[in-house]
Amino acid sequence: MNTSTSLDAPPRDRVTGTQFTRGLGILVLAGMVLLIVLGLFVSPADVNQGESVRIMYAHVPGAWLAYLAFVITGISSAAYLWKRTRSLTWDRIAGASAEVGVLFMGISLITGSLWGRITWGTYWTWDARLTTTAFLFVTYIGYLAVRGLGGTHQQRARRSAVLALLAVLEIPLVHFSVELWNTLHQEASVAGRGTDVEMDGLMLFTLFLGVIVFTLMYVWLVLHRQRSLALEDMLDDSGLDNALTARRAEASGVAR
Amino acid sequence: MSNSLKGSSTVIATARLIAAKDLRVELRSRVLLNQVLPFALIVMVMFAFALDSDAVLERVAPGLVWLATLFSVLVMVSRSFAVETADGALDQLRSAGVPATGIFIGKMLALMVQLMVLVALLVGAAVVLYRASFSWAGGVLLVTTAIAATCGLAAVGTLYGGLAAGAKGRETLLPLLLLPVVAPVLIGATRATESAFGTNGIAISEGWPWLGLLAVFAVLFSVAGAVAFGPLLDD
Repeated sequence: MNTSTSLDAPPRDRVTGTQFTRGLGILVLAGMVLLIVLGLFVSPADVNQGESVRIMYAHVPGAWLAYLAFVITGISSAAYLWKRTRSLTWDRIAGASAEVGVLFMGISLITGSLWGRITWGTYWTWDARLTTTAFLFVTYIGYLAVRGLGGTHQQRARRSAVLALLAVLEIPLVHFSVELWNTLHQEASVAGRGTDVEMDGLMLFTLFLGVIVFTLMYVWLVLHRQRSLALEDMLDDSGLDNALTARRAEASGVAR
Repeated sequence: MSNSLKGSSTVIATARLIAAKDLRVELRSRVLLNQVLPFALIVMVMFAFALDSDAVLERVAPGLVWLATLFSVLVMVSRSFAVETADGALDQLRSAGVPATGIFIGKMLALMVQLMVLVALLVGAAVVLYRASFSWAGGVLLVTTAIAATCGLAAVGTLYGGLAAGAKGRETLLPLLLLPVVAPVLIGATRATESAFGTNGIAISEGWPWLGLLAVFAVLFSVAGAVAFGPLLDD
């Protein structure tokens, strides 16, 4: 319909940045620099964990961000399925959020196992939280694969929205059953509640800053990715429209 | 009022028709008998090659039974939906106004029946190949476990099979989607079977609580499937 006009429109319509995201991006960059300086140089080494505690400033915000991303994916999927708020924008937000979530879940799994190797002496333990995280990771890789199955935008949106809601059902069940399976394993020991109390003020601030900076970065990434997904969809549609007009032109050419 | 009553009776009638149709297709084509069951058996033999010692095999027999079941479920779900999508049968059912919930329940029941046959064979294989044994009380636990577990597996399998049905590359996608979801069934069914077999001297009474997990799983995914199957198939 009017897709061709919007493609002919000035480039401003075709970039994914706005005044707001530019400002946000600068804020994220500044915050990231501050986080690196605080995390790597200024903040002290931990009494027990030594220098390895610095991994936490990337690991904890990364894990937080991944969980946040999957929650947002779930909420936007529900919003898509609910008739009153049905819009492909929700579907694109869900998809963009899942992509960012998978990326950061991967990062936090890697940083976590490196940290575990140094601190616990092992890359992996079968504790319920770790195992559930691994399942989340694989589940959302599957979710992204389903998004890539093809079909119409509506088909993709509906399929993946149902899948995202099924994941909301699946993950607590997996967590619960792994917990039952592994009652012998000690409770999420080192990274658990107890240590927060003894945390040095600057360390806590750095961790807090990390969470905030990562969250802002998430917003920045999802806004951009969601817009680029919208452009991809538009390109798909306009490809079809162009083919149709080309065929029509051919047909009228023959008629003449 | 009477409309919804009529609706539910059509769902049940559809479910019966679809289940009977799927089982008839199986009886005539013998895919389960000639392909899936031999595949499951050879998996059990291969486990013995990999794990080598009799003592180890006896200890892990319950887990191997359910692992072999999971592998076979993947094949059976693919088969169950290959039948539907080959000639666009599923689309025609939907455009004929057949209720999706009925299709889901029917396909789930047919899958469950086939899975029960499979599990019975695999337990037999564990007895013969891995020296597993069970008492009468263990047998009761085993049958109950098999019913609950196959119900859950059939529900999830049908749901995710329907999700991937008709899409290109579904053969490779299905295991990725399905295996993480059925992990609770593997855990629950294996623990229950361990106590039914008396592996490591685990008492039979310790197996029954795991049935709670299997039952919750089966109920949740049956309901989710009955609700979500329609939106999944609609375009």
